Amino acid sequence: MTHSSTLTLPATISNLERFLELVSKCALTCGMDKKRVTEIEIATEEALVNIIQHAYRGEKGEIEVECDIKKDTLSIKIIDYGPPFNILTLQDPDVNATLEERKIGGLGVFFMKKLMDGVDYKREGNKNILILTAYKDRTTEFDS
Amino acid sequence: MDVTFKKENDIAIVYIKGRIDAISAPEFEKRIDGMISEGNSTFVLDLSELEYISSAGLRSILVLAKRLKSENGKIVFSGLKGPVAEVFKISGFYSIFNVFADEKEALKNM
Repeated sequence: MTHSSTLTLPATISNLERFLELVSKCALTCGMDKKRVTEIEIATEEALVNIIQHAYRGEKGEIEVECDIKKDTLSIKIIDYGPPFNILTLQDPDVNATLEERKIGGLGVFFMKKLMDGVDYKREGNKNILILTAYKDRTTEFDS
Repeated sequence: MDVTFKKENDIAIVYIKGRIDAISAPEFEKRIDGMISEGNSTFVLDLSELEYISSAGLRSILVLAKRLKSENGKIVFSGLKGPVAEVFKISGFYSIFNVFADEKEALKNM
């Protein structure tokens, strides 16, 4: 089974839901269970919010989200046209720090890495392309 | 997101339903922050009907917990399941917060 859908919208927080609806529909089509669908939505939200808040530095811009389903694998391609920026170079937060030491923020990119089976970045022409990959049959410790 | 609240023996029990995402997180933070300003200092956040939380929501929880800590208050959590439990685990929140199976268990340990 191969299936692909694309949505391009202005990079604003009000469009977050429409992007997440597309991603959750694709994850369901791929046969993911409810928990996995939510995890994929969370990872996608983190990528989108990062673009909305930082990529265009207050200027208007667009985000393109493309979902590709191939057999048991969902790939979510998230494209922006901001300056080159590989978010995967950001340092992971210290999740062992005490409450007093914990820094506010920095969890978003970490969530993407932990919740997805793969996160890849490439720069192509004027595009930042982030690819989130999720396999249908991944199991996590907290399955319920 | 839907926030409801009751008070039992000076403990504020707050039920969060639905989704805390980048859009609703500021509202969530404002609601609890308001309760702290009104004099509540001990909180049980029941998340048994919370279906979704992203880093924006965890960020709000950290801000609130830091405020409570500095004012000698306390916040614990109950009823986490599915993806909400998963992101708490990933973020190391189980080591900085007390998390209980349900509201009853949380109240017993306050």
